[in-house]
Amino acid sequence: MWAGYLGAAALWYACVAWLPLESFRRLPDPVAVLSEWLSPQPTYGISIFTAAYYKHMLYSTWRATAAFPVPPLAWVPLAILIFAGSEAAVIFVTFLVAFFATTLNTAVGVKLIDPDFFRAAACLGASRRDILVDVVLPGALPNIFTGLQIAMGAAWFSLAAGEMIAAQYGLGFLIMESYNLIQFPTIVIAMATLGLLGYASSAIIRVVGNRLMRWRAQSIGFAA
Amino acid sequence: MSGALSIRGVSKTYDPEGASVEALRECSFEVRAEEFVAIVGPSGCGKTTLLNAIAGFDTVSAGEISLDGRLLAARPGPDRVVVFQHGALFPWKTVLENVTYGPLKQRALSRPAAEAKALEFLRASGGLDTVAASYPAQLSSGMQRRVEIVRALMNDPRLLLLDEPFRAMDGFSKATMHQHLLDLHRRYRKTVVFITHDLDEAIYLADTVVVMTTRPGTVKQIIRVNLERPRVPQMLYSREYAELKKSAAESVHEEARRAFERGEKEQA
Repeated sequence: MWAGYLGAAALWYACVAWLPLESFRRLPDPVAVLSEWLSPQPTYGISIFTAAYYKHMLYSTWRATAAFPVPPLAWVPLAILIFAGSEAAVIFVTFLVAFFATTLNTAVGVKLIDPDFFRAAACLGASRRDILVDVVLPGALPNIFTGLQIAMGAAWFSLAAGEMIAAQYGLGFLIMESYNLIQFPTIVIAMATLGLLGYASSAIIRVVGNRLMRWRAQSIGFAA
Repeated sequence: MSGALSIRGVSKTYDPEGASVEALRECSFEVRAEEFVAIVGPSGCGKTTLLNAIAGFDTVSAGEISLDGRLLAARPGPDRVVVFQHGALFPWKTVLENVTYGPLKQRALSRPAAEAKALEFLRASGGLDTVAASYPAQLSSGMQRRVEIVRALMNDPRLLLLDEPFRAMDGFSKATMHQHLLDLHRRYRKTVVFITHDLDEAIYLADTVVVMTTRPGTVKQIIRVNLERPRVPQMLYSREYAELKKSAAESVHEEARRAFERGEKEQA
């Protein structure tokens, strides 16, 4: 895996430093990006030592996860009222993508549950509520978490696009603003940060999913 | 003593998209309390339809099904527990959680009492208490079947309904499971209705074999199996067994041929 990353970085460096193409010369090489990213006094004001970097990161993270705890449709009127203007648009786009990916996967998950599980539960004296808690939820859980993984990826994707068009803060906004201000290292910093946050959020979902579905991991023999 | 089952004139017609399909026609037979009855017949003859009706998963179009003299409600309950063809242990629950599920949901036992009873039943079922903390997928298919039967017995049902539970097993596992089931039947004295395609299995396990006709399924022959109990594998080579099998095989093969010919016509 690391060999792949190193290879990609080397290719990137080679394209910028050695290719005789004007379009590549405008791009920063990986060394320039890394030194800007880790610089206590960055040339363009964004590095791991600046508060503004974390502010952008916080805004993006919040937007990507804002639609999850509450049924997303309930957010639409509130989002328009509370976040009148650009913010609402960003969240709404993010929400739409996340909502359908999660909901459709959940619906498929429920449909895929073996009908014999429902019958077995009924035979054993389970009430309708028991069947919901003991059969429907655990039975659909693998698909729910697949939906969440897809939704999270899609949320970050649409978020970046939304922020580029209509936001005052956020990593997508940072990419677009840096492009306008010709601050190319910042573009790459924001891009890489988006990637890292996307990976981290997916990892959190994966960890929570594995914990809730320990039976699955144990069944295929790789759980602790 | 309880578990006397009465099937009287039971018919079932499905009507999918307006095309009427008669699955059962006036099926009638009686099952004594504690009796082991096997139902055999060709594929699609309505064996599982009948079992679903007894279990309360489905209604009947005509006739009545009663247990200990009382008409059965068309809803499932712990007095008639089914062991399913493809297994229905909850994969997300451990063996112990599966086995205690019924008594806990019915509030028949406290958790400690249910767990103690479950461990006792599992221990008596070939030492399954050692896998109480495992998930079903970690067990062999034979162990899963035994756990599922224990889960059913934990509810002290009046009827144990088994829908081809050993169908996917190899010959050796099947023979072991037959002895295990016979042992459980001897120990717990439950009325058993056992659906199968396998004539050998039906005769070896049951007190009575009900042979069903091809669709619409009705009772073609009722064979009383007068082999002694406890049953041992040597009986499979006895003269009595051979005679019983000959008698049943003629009926079953005739129905199988009819089913095949009808299939050919339906395909044409």
